[in-house]
Amino acid sequence: MEYKPNKEIIVKRIARFFENGDLVNLGIGLPTQVGNYIPEDVTIILQSENGFVGLGPAPEAGKEDPMLINAGAQHVTLLPGGAYFDSAVSFGIIRGGHVDYTVLGVLQVDQNGNLANYMIPGKIVPGMGGAMDLTIGAKKVITATTHFEKNGSAKLKRACTLPLTAGNEVDYVVTDLGFFEVKDGKFILREYFAPYTVDYILSNTDADILVPEDCKEVIL
Amino acid sequence: MIEKKIISAEEAAGLVKDGDIVMLSGFMACGSPPDILDALHEKGTKGMTLVCNDTALYNPKTEVMTGVAPLVFDKQFKTIVTSHIGLNAETQRQMNAGETEVELVPQGTLAEQIRAGGAGLGGILTPTGVGTEVEEGKQVLEIDGKKFLLEKARKGDVALIKAGTADKAGNLIYDKSSRNFGPLMATACETVLVEVDKIVEIGELDPECVVTPGIFVDYLIQTKGVK
Repeated sequence: MEYKPNKEIIVKRIARFFENGDLVNLGIGLPTQVGNYIPEDVTIILQSENGFVGLGPAPEAGKEDPMLINAGAQHVTLLPGGAYFDSAVSFGIIRGGHVDYTVLGVLQVDQNGNLANYMIPGKIVPGMGGAMDLTIGAKKVITATTHFEKNGSAKLKRACTLPLTAGNEVDYVVTDLGFFEVKDGKFILREYFAPYTVDYILSNTDADILVPEDCKEVIL
Repeated sequence: MIEKKIISAEEAAGLVKDGDIVMLSGFMACGSPPDILDALHEKGTKGMTLVCNDTALYNPKTEVMTGVAPLVFDKQFKTIVTSHIGLNAETQRQMNAGETEVELVPQGTLAEQIRAGGAGLGGILTPTGVGTEVEEGKQVLEIDGKKFLLEKARKGDVALIKAGTADKAGNLIYDKSSRNFGPLMATACETVLVEVDKIVEIGELDPECVVTPGIFVDYLIQTKGVK
């Protein structure tokens, strides 16, 4: 079977996690796209860590407000009922456990729930921004990533080798091959995404993966 | 109520000295005062320490710069304390070349250090950064079985802030997501310079809606910049 990266499948699956009223923070890049796939019968509240809740969609062309951007510096809108606050309140919301889910990107994630997603020493040192606070603070941490690096090795590891964003905080990993829960020092494969198979995932991922009896195939 | 002095951006830049610790509000330049930054760049003040969420945008391909980026480009800072430099290739280059000292701080920690500085606290205890490179050289305290880093408070010499509306007493209302670090930095610096879109008479702002009380503010600057 040939692997073809499929980012849409990742954000589609993550969008099904949420329940009405959940407060969610979507990281920069791939996680931001989750917002486009929330089911119609679910209403969540999005936080933007630069200082508001009630993050809405991009404005119409010509209606951009330079004073209203998201954490990725893109022009956005505020939904009715939204609210602005300063950075201390914003990160109080995050560290204080008021955010139900954060969705973050991945350089490496390991079977103990360690996440590395903010730097590659000697190559990219962009700074952690809000990623460390989000990883330790959100009630549940979902990581979103294509399953493999460009060199073909899985981003799911036995142990991260890059500098950590935070230790033992990741709850779920959603890749374009499947949905994993991270628990008791293992990845637990909850769903695998057609056309990939359990065998394909196990033989292409060097980590401890438990496949429970109720693991199911999902077509997204 | 005592009225605050309204000065020009050039006069504001004149209040920033070589070597000062400068706290600059803004998130990717949204909330940074454009005219004061222009004047400070023009004046060429050197050896400053910058405390700012990020160093805004410098794209070497298009040569587009926003916010504080021109001052970084001309090496007006000897030290930069920030959470993110990912969109300013020049800050990264200067850090890697050892030309500018760059201290990377998690965003929530930076906000809380500044808040603590303005609130008379010695520091804060945060779980953010435990078990990461951020922990190096810091005291770790265990409280009720959970680990926290001791992060010291930060104060500055000058705060450069952008707000939406001020009354002449210096009371401030911000403008959407440009608020970010402004209300915190206003409390943590000796001299607080605020560039605003609009200045109204005392009594025109609803006291219930004031975000930064005027007692924190020293000077107001009417912006020329496009909002």
